[in-house]
Amino acid sequence: MSKDNQLLEELTSREYEHGWNVALETDSAPKGLNEDIVRFISERKNEPEWMLEWRLKAFRLWSKMTEPKWPNVTYPAINYQDIIYYSAPKQSAKPKNLEDVDPELIKTFEKLGISLTEQKRLTGVAVDAVIDSVSVATTFKEKLGELGIIFCSFSEAVREHPELIKKYLGSVVPMSDNYFAALNSAVFSDGSFCYIPKGVRCPMELSTYFRINAANTGQFERTLIVAEEGSYVSYLEGCTAPMRDENQLHAAVVEIYAMKDAHVKYSTVQNWYPGDKEGKGGIYNFVTKRALCAGDNSKVSWTQVETGSAITWKYPSCVLKGDNSSGEFYSVAVTNNMQQADTGTKMIHIGKNTKSRIVSKGISAGKSQNSYRGQVHIMKRAEGSRNFSQCDSLLMGDQCGAHTFPYIDVENSTSKVEHEATTSKIGEDQIFYCQQRGIDEESAVALIVNGYAKEVLNQLPMEFAVEAQKLLALTLEGSVG
Amino acid sequence: MLSIKNLQARIGDKQILNGINLDVKPGEVHAIMGPNGSGKSTLASVLAGREEFEVTGGEVVYNGKDLLEFSPEDRAREGVFLAFQYPVEIPGVSTINFMKTAVNQIRKYRGQETLDAVSFLGLMKEKMKLVEIDQSLLNRSLNEGFSGGEKKRNEIFQMAMLEPKLSILDETDSGLDIDALKIVASGVNKLRNSNNATIVVTHYQRLLEYIVPDFVHVLYKGKIVKSGGKELALELEAKGYDWIKDEVAVA
Amino acid sequence: MSTVITTKSLSEIIGSFSPGQEATESRKQAIQILEAKGLPAGKNEEYRFTPITRAIENVFTWKTENSPAEINSIDQFLIEGLDANVVVFVNGKFSTSLSKIISPANEIKIKSLREAFSSDSELVNSYFNKFVSPETDSFAALNTAFWQDGLFIHVPANTSVEKPLLLLHINDAAQAQVIAHTRLLAIVEARSKLSVIEKFNTLGDQASLHTFSEEIEVKENAALEYCKIQNDGGKAYQVINTNIRQADSSRVDTFTITLSGQIVRNNFTITIAGEKCESHFNGLYMLNSNTLGDNHTVVDHQKPNSFSNEMYKGVLDGNSKGVFNGKIFVRPNAQKTNAFQSNRNIALSPSSTINTKPQLEIWADDVKCSHGCTIGQLDEEAMFYLQSRGIDKTTAQAMMLYAFTAETLNTISNETVKNYVDALISERLHKNF
Repeated sequence: MSKDNQLLEELTSREYEHGWNVALETDSAPKGLNEDIVRFISERKNEPEWMLEWRLKAFRLWSKMTEPKWPNVTYPAINYQDIIYYSAPKQSAKPKNLEDVDPELIKTFEKLGISLTEQKRLTGVAVDAVIDSVSVATTFKEKLGELGIIFCSFSEAVREHPELIKKYLGSVVPMSDNYFAALNSAVFSDGSFCYIPKGVRCPMELSTYFRINAANTGQFERTLIVAEEGSYVSYLEGCTAPMRDENQLHAAVVEIYAMKDAHVKYSTVQNWYPGDKEGKGGIYNFVTKRALCAGDNSKVSWTQVETGSAITWKYPSCVLKGDNSSGEFYSVAVTNNMQQADTGTKMIHIGKNTKSRIVSKGISAGKSQNSYRGQVHIMKRAEGSRNFSQCDSLLMGDQCGAHTFPYIDVENSTSKVEHEATTSKIGEDQIFYCQQRGIDEESAVALIVNGYAKEVLNQLPMEFAVEAQKLLALTLEGSVG
Repeated sequence: MLSIKNLQARIGDKQILNGINLDVKPGEVHAIMGPNGSGKSTLASVLAGREEFEVTGGEVVYNGKDLLEFSPEDRAREGVFLAFQYPVEIPGVSTINFMKTAVNQIRKYRGQETLDAVSFLGLMKEKMKLVEIDQSLLNRSLNEGFSGGEKKRNEIFQMAMLEPKLSILDETDSGLDIDALKIVASGVNKLRNSNNATIVVTHYQRLLEYIVPDFVHVLYKGKIVKSGGKELALELEAKGYDWIKDEVAVA
Repeated sequence: MSTVITTKSLSEIIGSFSPGQEATESRKQAIQILEAKGLPAGKNEEYRFTPITRAIENVFTWKTENSPAEINSIDQFLIEGLDANVVVFVNGKFSTSLSKIISPANEIKIKSLREAFSSDSELVNSYFNKFVSPETDSFAALNTAFWQDGLFIHVPANTSVEKPLLLLHINDAAQAQVIAHTRLLAIVEARSKLSVIEKFNTLGDQASLHTFSEEIEVKENAALEYCKIQNDGGKAYQVINTNIRQADSSRVDTFTITLSGQIVRNNFTITIAGEKCESHFNGLYMLNSNTLGDNHTVVDHQKPNSFSNEMYKGVLDGNSKGVFNGKIFVRPNAQKTNAFQSNRNIALSPSSTINTKPQLEIWADDVKCSHGCTIGQLDEEAMFYLQSRGIDKTTAQAMMLYAFTAETLNTISNETVKNYVDALISERLHKNF
């Protein structure tokens, strides 16, 4: 309840609040994409030969692929030769500890409310901060190291833990999976790697904070989480970008590998710049996220609050291979003004008695289009499996659209699937009721929307829940009345 | 406190209020009675500022201010409270959360310090006792899945929380069994004092056995056609509304 | 949504037909579309689970002429006790000798569509090919290009047609394969009422392919009851495009039952082009052996203040496949629309498959829309309860399934038709035991 109060009091700023950029000196690749650029990126990162070969293979694959056209979104053709694929804040050498990090960078993250200095840390959260394409700092490494947990930038993992990367990179999202995954595999510049050893329960939230800063730059980060038998980790991901007139491309890949009895919780608050009211600028957010519940009884939960980006194309999925494994997807997607979102999930049931649960809450306002697209596929040998899906849409105003595309495919007779979807608007009677109790209209809308999204927001860790509620309210400001 | 002069209002093309006159002083309880469709609930809605109703004439002065100029939320902040005939459900928003937002917005408007969680909870516990409402109910989504009695009790709880100067109870007795009616009425009575006033809108006399009015007004075809003391309510109960209609027809 | 030209040369298929004389322009256009797009292949979103193109390519020999049918009596195809106008198509040709019209001529006009092109040219020209869309469905293009014969129905204003119309599609595949492309055009004028029952029957062991395109206009304050009974032969392939358009304050009740056939594909669209309309849109597929039953439905709300309720249920046994795709569109300005859809399925056999995709697309905010979809089994508690009262398991299952299906029949008001469908369901339920 104090969450809401805080939210309402912070309902003051009117525009995208992370819209500043810091003049950081950067080291960038020239515009465009070819094998030389891939080599350039690999070289800048001092990568071993096998990593370069992997990238080149992905690049060659990508060159032969075509961009998917099936999502319910429209945008002008992307010129892939007009994007800078590598940009890194200039630092004389890789910092050995936090004291060596450029103070400008530290300031950048402090402006975002992320403290990289461990003394002033958020309680119980270890952060890997990625700016433009490069991880700049990771906190709490030593403390986590004592438990055998590896939490570091992807580049470091390639150098320090090549056996793990070789084994798991592309094991959940193969480079050939789709157009954007292939692109990412060729040019990914950094990201986070996380390894939880057998039987270890990670004592703090792990978090990656992504920030696009430089202009004309695409961001292609990659996250890999490996949870060994019986381990547990909760992972948070946040992202912001400056306001720019042109569109910027973000094509990330997240892979989660969960062994027997492992439990991974992955939460995202996506707040990339959505563009202005007329739809100028904003991030194209084309992301592939997938978890493999490889072991029996493993469990992966995705929670996402999507408020940003001009276009979102994203389907965090679970492949439920282990018997009794389970997958969850909780999502709130808000679109306002000219935003377009096509998001949802795939639950692929392969193992016996596997379970999945989908709760999707879409909110459309302004002239935006909001689509839920999901698939529940119960394969023949997935006997006794269960799925429950609830997909609700809330419309605000008569110029937006809400769309639901659920695919349900069942190939045996011992499984149960239930899917429900509703569409509603915020009732005038609800707003009047709030007003009669002294609550103004804007706050009433925030209250009602947060109530509507509560089942999803409840899944978020506390720190994120507050931020998420704030974002919902900010995104919808001025969309009623 | 409240002075209504020649108030006229309509919804769409339909004229519903045809010149209402009413004066309410602090400490008074006024009952507005009348047959179905006479405009009782419309009067309550117009005073609270519901937008579907268009005021076509007359004035409403509340504590020296033009009430009709205020937005619905500012009327509430000025101390006007409407207990809804059909309380609205808001999924996912608990009553506690709802009330905390309301109390603090009202306090802000009045230039008072907002309440922190601890003092809010204290206030809430005190008011809960007054209306015999259980905290588990207040933790649930606002009015969602509440019984008729629970919804009405929740309205009175909110009234206790917001400490209004003018309370309008719109058919608060409808859909209540006798026990629930007694609890609701006793809540209202406990909240009465010499500084606040209450308007009770009702079709039946039975609520007035428990909330005893100082004045009873009969509304018919959008006008107050008869006023009197509490005995008028008894007369209406015994004779029905037809004699009023006849009287109006003759006049 | 890409449609791929299929491997077997399309020209062979196209070449096996000669377009008729009527509607030459639309036939030409349809052939062009067909040549450009081909028949839908596996990657086509709308035919993802229904490999009908591959099947008919492999099965049919594409001879130009159907062999003559030997149908002397239609008694076995009739609905016992139903006093109706009977129209019979045999191997795609309108049979005047087997048809029997009993309603007076001033109540309803029933004639061959080819004939209507000259006798009722004005009406036909203003409705023909206006609702069917060859651009979006290549089977509609195939049908539009090569339809051999059709039925024209006209109900004048202020007329309640007392006797229902029973339309029999009989394909005689005893001697050789049959390929039939037929059409229907019906106009129910303002304040009139019509009931149509369609039945599909194939005789013999050879394969049959039937494409059928229906266009039905229901004018202001008119009412249509439409019932489709698909209890066809085991080697029958069907693609039926049914398009109903409603004007202000009209009412439509439909019921579609699919029981057998090889591949049965129904593209069923109700376009609500008027205000204050009411549509009740029911379907039931009870499939066994290798039947694939595919219902692609669309309810398109284009105007405000209308109500639609769609309920499709499925019972899947054997190796059968049930496909359901239900689209609800609520166009901008179609405010105060109430649109509901439910699709419930029971899988009886471990080798049956269900692919369902309920789809809502909403562009108006003041609407109430919902869809629900379930795939599951009979309630074990209820089964146990029945058994504990001494009812054996197979009977208990039949009772439960019967109860599950019964609800879909509530859009049939004619008791004789309802009893007939009821008997078909009972027969299907006992067949298994």
